[in-house]
Amino acid sequence: MINLKDITKKFSDKVILDKINLNINEGDCLAIIGQSGVGKSVLLKHINGLLKPDSGKVLIDEVNINKINFFNRQKFLKKMSMVFQFGALFDSLSIENNILLALDHSTTLNHKNKLSKVKEVLDLVNLKNVENLFPADLSGGMRKRVGIARAIATNPQYILYDEPTTGLDPITTDKVCNLIGNISIQKKQTTIIVTHEMKIVHEIVNKVVMIYEGNIIFEGSPDELKLSKDKYIKYFISGKKY
Amino acid sequence: MNLYYPFKIILMFFESFGKYLVFLSLIFKKIDSKKLLIDNTVNQMINIGSKSIPIVVLTSLFTGMVSSVQAVYQMESSLVPAYYIGSLVGETLLLELAPVITCLVLAGRVGATITAEIGSMRVSEQIDALETLSIDPVEYLVTPRMIATIIMFPVIIVVADIFGLIGGILAANNSMGVDSYQFLKGFKMWFVPWDAWYGIIKGLCFGIAITSISCYYGFYTTRGSIGVGKSTTSTVVSSCIAIMILDYILASLLL
Repeated sequence: MINLKDITKKFSDKVILDKINLNINEGDCLAIIGQSGVGKSVLLKHINGLLKPDSGKVLIDEVNINKINFFNRQKFLKKMSMVFQFGALFDSLSIENNILLALDHSTTLNHKNKLSKVKEVLDLVNLKNVENLFPADLSGGMRKRVGIARAIATNPQYILYDEPTTGLDPITTDKVCNLIGNISIQKKQTTIIVTHEMKIVHEIVNKVVMIYEGNIIFEGSPDELKLSKDKYIKYFISGKKY
Repeated sequence: MNLYYPFKIILMFFESFGKYLVFLSLIFKKIDSKKLLIDNTVNQMINIGSKSIPIVVLTSLFTGMVSSVQAVYQMESSLVPAYYIGSLVGETLLLELAPVITCLVLAGRVGATITAEIGSMRVSEQIDALETLSIDPVEYLVTPRMIATIIMFPVIIVVADIFGLIGGILAANNSMGVDSYQFLKGFKMWFVPWDAWYGIIKGLCFGIAITSISCYYGFYTTRGSIGVGKSTTSTVVSSCIAIMILDYILASLLL
């Protein structure tokens, strides 16, 4: 379970997150939506400890991740994986080694089992015969899928996606959306997705949070979001001004 | 100009220097994965050491040759025996030219490469990705480069010394007809082993400065590809200044 309590973050003098409170239950599939630059990715990076709040607490399974020491935090964060906006694959490593690096640090499998795990997760994201290629050899969509494969390889309890469909064509977007949905169902992980993609909101998640000017202005189910009378929310989900 | 501007610059320098020292202290942490550290260190020994050898050979060869030609030019009209060229060129190379010129060149080759690599990883979120995989980015990126530097820079300086002397011998023979026997006779006359050790120690200190500065600038790169360019420039400039300052400090302390 993830609890964010009064999270405030400023960059220079600009308030990005203003006393955000959010509870994410075990098994939830949550979408964080909002306009570009409202702090969605910043919020996500607070959840996995990449950023520290100026004030407030991030509790994961009731442990404040900003209060524990470096080594305990490293161990603790093995429960969590993140898929980055542009994949963030390691340029100098092959696709196989990108995934093996994650497995080396988070599992006790022997090398043979690690290799079969690499194949298994690449199959799951519909990628074949890419093990020996390098990130530069892949298209944007394939890189995102490798990023997803690397994130799910360690079988984390929590998986975070940062704009997984940005910059993809509609067909690849559809494939990535279906993939995220299938993984969420199959692995029964707690999933948090920062997105602008309404397909994800309507078809995959069971909870939606909308951020505007550093505050949560909506929290509820996708159906409740559809029925919202708020002009700004209606404008955001339909793309038409009311 | 604002009256407080110079104070602001001084304050910023000390702030950055403090941040750099804190960054250095992160290297001395408990090692999480020895296998990964060894693998990365070997790779970096190849990148920092082996791949630098051709440029080091070329630079030191010509440095030795130029030193020899200039020594000949200065001694042409004097009554000093010709074999003194060996002594003059040898001492100059071991004490100053081999470590300083080599490290200035490596500030460009090694330093710029390290900053560009780590800086690109920072702006493309690869360092964040390392953290999310529970891998300490300092242990993965910085520690192997520092260990590789400590191992490889003394080797590089020895290579520079040898090829500098070879260049010196070739040029002395060509410009003044001083053969290798005479050159080495002069070289041995004033040679004390400490001079060679001093050059190696200097090279090691310069190497540590270059690598730590380049890792620091790479690690704290911001603002995309423009930021990577700025960090790389800062690395080369700061490394060259650090080499010059350390050169004076080490000469004062060790000679």
